[in-house]
Amino acid sequence: MKAILLDNIEHDLPVVHTDKKILYWLSTVDHKAIGKLYMLAALLFFIIGGIEALLMRTQLAVANNHFLPPDAYNQIFTMHGVTMIFFVMMPALLGLTVYLVPLMIGANEMAFPRLNAFSFWMTFFGGLLLYFSFAAGGAPNAGWFNYAPLNQNNYSNSPGINYYAMGLLLGGIGSVTTAINIIVTILKLRVKGMTLKRLPLFVWMALVNGFLIIAAMPSLNAALSMLLLDRLMEAHFFNTDAGGSALLWQHLFWMFGHPEVYILILPAFGIYSEVFQVFSQKKIFGYVFVAASTVAIGLLSFGVWVHHMFAAGLGNTVDSFFAASSMLIGVPTGVKIFNWIGTMYGGKIRLTTSMMFAVAFLIEFTIGGLSGIGFSIVPIDWQLTDSYFVVAHLHYVFVGGSLFSVFAALFYWFPKITGRQLNERSGKWFFWLFVIGFNLTFFLQHFLGLMGMPRRVYTYQDIPYYTLLNLLSSAGAYLMAAAAIVLMYNIYKTMKGEVMENKDPWNAFTLEWYADSPPGEKNFVDIPVVSSRRPFYDLKNPHNRDYD
Amino acid sequence: MLFVWGNLLKVSPDIPLQSVLQSSSQQAEEINRVTNYFFIAAGFILLVVAVLTAYVLYKFRDNKKQIPKPLSSKWEIAMIGIPTLLVAIFLYLNIKTINLVEPDHKNETPDVIITAHQWWWEASYPSSNVITANEIHLPVKKKILLKLLAADVIHDWWIPQFGNKMDMVPNQENFLWINIKKPGEYYGVCSEFCGAQHTHMRLKVVAQSEEDYQNWLLQHQQPAMNAASFGGAQLFISKTCGNCHRINGTAARGTVGPDLTHLGSRQTLLAGLLENNIQNLENWIKDPQQIKPGAYMPDFHLDDSTVKSIAVYLNSLK
Repeated sequence: MKAILLDNIEHDLPVVHTDKKILYWLSTVDHKAIGKLYMLAALLFFIIGGIEALLMRTQLAVANNHFLPPDAYNQIFTMHGVTMIFFVMMPALLGLTVYLVPLMIGANEMAFPRLNAFSFWMTFFGGLLLYFSFAAGGAPNAGWFNYAPLNQNNYSNSPGINYYAMGLLLGGIGSVTTAINIIVTILKLRVKGMTLKRLPLFVWMALVNGFLIIAAMPSLNAALSMLLLDRLMEAHFFNTDAGGSALLWQHLFWMFGHPEVYILILPAFGIYSEVFQVFSQKKIFGYVFVAASTVAIGLLSFGVWVHHMFAAGLGNTVDSFFAASSMLIGVPTGVKIFNWIGTMYGGKIRLTTSMMFAVAFLIEFTIGGLSGIGFSIVPIDWQLTDSYFVVAHLHYVFVGGSLFSVFAALFYWFPKITGRQLNERSGKWFFWLFVIGFNLTFFLQHFLGLMGMPRRVYTYQDIPYYTLLNLLSSAGAYLMAAAAIVLMYNIYKTMKGEVMENKDPWNAFTLEWYADSPPGEKNFVDIPVVSSRRPFYDLKNPHNRDYD
Repeated sequence: MLFVWGNLLKVSPDIPLQSVLQSSSQQAEEINRVTNYFFIAAGFILLVVAVLTAYVLYKFRDNKKQIPKPLSSKWEIAMIGIPTLLVAIFLYLNIKTINLVEPDHKNETPDVIITAHQWWWEASYPSSNVITANEIHLPVKKKILLKLLAADVIHDWWIPQFGNKMDMVPNQENFLWINIKKPGEYYGVCSEFCGAQHTHMRLKVVAQSEEDYQNWLLQHQQPAMNAASFGGAQLFISKTCGNCHRINGTAARGTVGPDLTHLGSRQTLLAGLLENNIQNLENWIKDPQQIKPGAYMPDFHLDDSTVKSIAVYLNSLK
């Protein structure tokens, strides 16, 4: 494919109000500013979603607690899940993608800068609309996957689920338009010499992720539209009392929902691949495998959704087929762990905060991935699905996989984005508090699941060990909250501090570090022709260049 | 005060710990065999990853050697080959086990039909016209087929010691085989989120020897005893309780709420929420939303003496 650099792209862009702060942020189409907006929005919703998690863990700290009434608890656990998935992890990872992809491929802008701004504001307004439900008579209360017919008017008569549907539709439009933008940018705006075989792995993951989003979102958007028709215009798609189908919703939702899991983990894989290379000062072990297996994951991820429905009574034949596909997808996903360990092998490892999160991810994601393989084995799924074991599993994947990557990215690219380096000492406090709190909270929940505690209960009876394990789990949640405060204080102090001199503090390999830190309004004044997978490394080591 | 300790619910009965790792049915035994293999394999893989990570960190942290040596790409073959092999083995075990645990149920007559409601369980025994709620009696050492239905939203049958769970989906008939190994009380809970009181949708199976089970069925086939001596019997009808609840042998024929024909013989009320005694029955009838917020039982604003008579009557229905 022909690689071109549109270095005149900024001439077409509207004048930005650089002098007025608020007008600047509202009107900007600069991919770096929009990337930051995404991340700030993610931070805002992370704080809200985190407070919801603390409320839940406070309610569950002891047996038969009356801290929250049942309906409030049901709204809060629903909002926690929806917020963290759609308005924290999605914008955080898409924001990093939008910020970094043009810089990594030597472009000065995204392919469609105005569309980029549109995507962000759609996503952000989607989140605001979702939260408006609290003021409009009650938040959605049927869980983040919002099963029919519980999502129908006869069983949830507050308007919350209407806001759920509309908020996610807006967010969905934002995600699809960003995905189109990312794909076109990667395919059309690469600097001379950057063939697809030389793309940084983060960009490879972003490319596959773009296709995943475009293919997965329509199923959710269709389901949400049908749900709105059911609730507002008395259609009968999912209304079982009028002959609708309960399982149709599950199929449509998980046809989106399982690829969504990969949408949230592929950018994370990209981040880890960059972090492991730089902090081991070594090329990735198995570049081709990592890139190609991601394409395989992308395709396979559309054929595994029924493993969320093994207990729905679809029959042994269907279950066996989806068990096979779900186990198959585990292989390319799991083998990457060994690629990263192989990358560290023989390298010069620097255990910065960023690298520590990447290393912790190896263990946490292996735990979450292995329990995931457990759920692809139908009899084990029959036993443990919808119990606290599944709560533990999904948090090991989403937190130990995706969220840790955001933290690794934050510490790694903070100097790039702000020109300031986060305090490492404080960063390590944050790391240990968060990782210990995380494992305390969620590892114990495996045992609660094995002891028969179902998920989504607002309280539990005083069964032996339940209170002890739940109390410890809640204590872990408060440790994570303390860690988050340490992190925010670190960010605040760093932003008040001096801009650093060294624009390449980690001795990095990829082109974003060739630009200034923070990059100027135009990313690159001049740009070298790329001749390998590590163009910035080549520039710094002209006598020891890569040839690949 | 941050924690409002639950004094109201202190009367709830003690429930022993029952975990999925104890196999009280043949199905659970088959499933746990695979589960054990899986935990061993998973533990081994986790150990390999942890040891490799620790070793690499220990060996190469702040490494001073000049030229890092790359790993041979032959390792990739082992990296992909071993997990693929493991996955193939478990796929075989998987398919074998599900066909053993849940064989075809076509042309089989279900022994018990369980219908899940928001937020209680109805059990009917087609061979003997017995209908009961929440405490389900089943025979041991016999392969029994449950037919699982849902009256409103999706619910899920799960007794951890019996192994597999099964969703109960509106407009759909699901089936589950159970072969209980020995008599006892087995506890479970609805495992698909089903609304406000999902938490208090507990379930108890009383597993009995064939003889005890037949006796129980015989006793529960009887209509409610002649209770004319109780004022509560008339009140139950005149205060319209019978529009929702059925008491076999009386004019109360409602099917919306749980069957109360032999309520007095049950140990708990409200799907495992409260111990079954007159005081709890009174509290419940007096203010249902206080006890189980969201439940469909309306508050009839009955005066204390009416409530008392009805509670005494219901408690007498052994």
